[in-house]
Amino acid sequence: MTVNEVKDALHGTYLCGEEHGEVEVHSACGSDMMSDVLAFLKDQAVLLTGLCNPQVVRTAEMMDIVCIVFVRGKMPDQNIIEMAREKGLPMISTRHRMFSACGLLYEKGLRGGASD
Amino acid sequence: MSESIHLTYEVSADDFTRAGEASSSVKRMLKQMGVSPEAIRKVAIAMYEGEINMVIHAQGGHIDVEISPEEIIMTLADRGPGIKNIEQAMQAGFSTAPDNVRALGFGAGMGLPNMKKYTDDMKIETVIGVGTTVTMKVYI
Repeated sequence: MTVNEVKDALHGTYLCGEEHGEVEVHSACGSDMMSDVLAFLKDQAVLLTGLCNPQVVRTAEMMDIVCIVFVRGKMPDQNIIEMAREKGLPMISTRHRMFSACGLLYEKGLRGGASD
Repeated sequence: MSESIHLTYEVSADDFTRAGEASSSVKRMLKQMGVSPEAIRKVAIAMYEGEINMVIHAQGGHIDVEISPEEIIMTLADRGPGIKNIEQAMQAGFSTAPDNVRALGFGAGMGLPNMKKYTDDMKIETVIGVGTTVTMKVYI
């Protein structure tokens, strides 16, 4: 699925990076612990998190993550949004909670990675 | 690329917002140099975990990166408290990080295990009360 389809499935809104909406997403992970995100390599992944700090963007950058989704209506501050914009990284905000957001994407066929 | 390239970065203590800037810069440079995406990702993740460690556990320090045609060597030297039990620190899930660090998304006890996992060779030298030097190697 594409980043646009992720946004639609989660009834979300773009915080930045809308122009990258057609990028393909192949897997997903949901975590508030960035070291856990860094522990497993992913392919063209979307990261779902409730954590709002610059290290979310850095983690995504190191892992070549293609999109960040903030769950539970969390809103990162403008500096974080700017940082993602500079790196060409789309960010989406959804009101869904983590479990529901992951479930909605799973329902659309997205999986967690190699161990599935 | 026939000669080695040396890069040096200062890592500030307690500046969590800027943590990762050195890793980000190395990642960009390796990309420009045409290094394989797999090697870049290994270097970026290992160095980033190390950089975060220097900010949250130590009082900052400096990072040296040597890029040669065969390998990338990262040396991270901090001025922190040292590691009391390296074997314990290497166990996935073991962490001495306080709650405020966990609230920032780190301190899950995955830092050192991740650094070892993504590098071809890793060496830790530590002196209690003086600091820790981690040397990591990734073959290109």
